[in-house]
Amino acid sequence: MIGDLGRYLAMDGYAAFVWPAYGVALAVLGALAWHSWRRYRASTEALEKLQHEFPTRR
Amino acid sequence: MISRFANPARFMRISTTALPWCGWLTLAVVGLGLFLALVTTPPDYQQGESVRIMYIHVPAAWMALSVYLFIAVASGVALVWRHPLAEIAAGAAAPIGAAFTFVCLATGSLWGRPMWGTWWVWDARLTSVLVLFFLYLGYIALVNAFDEPGRGAKAGSVLALVGVVNLPIIKFSVDWWNTLHQPASVMRLGGPRIDPSMLTPLLVMAAGFLLLFLTLLLLGMRAALNERKALALRLNSVPAPGAAARRERPVPAQSSLR
Repeated sequence: MIGDLGRYLAMDGYAAFVWPAYGVALAVLGALAWHSWRRYRASTEALEKLQHEFPTRR
Repeated sequence: MISRFANPARFMRISTTALPWCGWLTLAVVGLGLFLALVTTPPDYQQGESVRIMYIHVPAAWMALSVYLFIAVASGVALVWRHPLAEIAAGAAAPIGAAFTFVCLATGSLWGRPMWGTWWVWDARLTSVLVLFFLYLGYIALVNAFDEPGRGAKAGSVLALVGVVNLPIIKFSVDWWNTLHQPASVMRLGGPRIDPSMLTPLLVMAAGFLLLFLTLLLLGMRAALNERKALALRLNSVPAPGAAARRERPVPAQSSLR
């Protein structure tokens, strides 16, 4: 079982290329998603605060 | 029809419902795609297990091109009809496109080393994709280089439209020049030349990346709209009684909103 997992992780000798490829994609797209979410939350909170302080006349 | 949906207030309403759906669907489809790509698909008869890089590399490359095309179309709409939502859509798509292009280049390099014996080669396909990456960075820098968001977006739109010339160069570079990169095997006349056991995970991952793009686009557009609305509020609103005494009003500058 553990041998199977080890063999799978070794990717037939290509582990040093396959896993970094998936790692790079996860890191870059994950960081972008995290940053986008943070910016969205921050902008929503900032807007709500402003709308509370400066109510519009609509 | 475009103008019906391109109203910022209506966009905010629709995207409030669409955003969670897009987000969860992205996680589900990317999760399924990763399972298929890493577990169920067979190794290639020539490339062995290294072929699994394809399930990231190829969808990222498709997205790199498609997102640029999206930016160019949105820029055209922004320039011709002066629609602020098109401008915002183009601006929000650019970092996503740049990220996909970077992933495409990095995974391509990691795939090239074992298969071609080199991390990088200045052939037509690789170089034109690198140019695409710099076009994305140039667009982002230009859009943010002006104090007034409207002017930056206009300059960026022109750059985005000029850069479209790079897209057919990327697509046909493998046919026009003698490249180390292989020619198309999925999007070609006469149908895909790839086994269904590999085509299915590839298409699932592509769908996952497309959904990821939509989710991040909605998030980015909503954030940009919030920021513009906040700027307009700070510049134009009359402070509520009581709030005025506590807060010093900002110096009225030129409004960035048309």
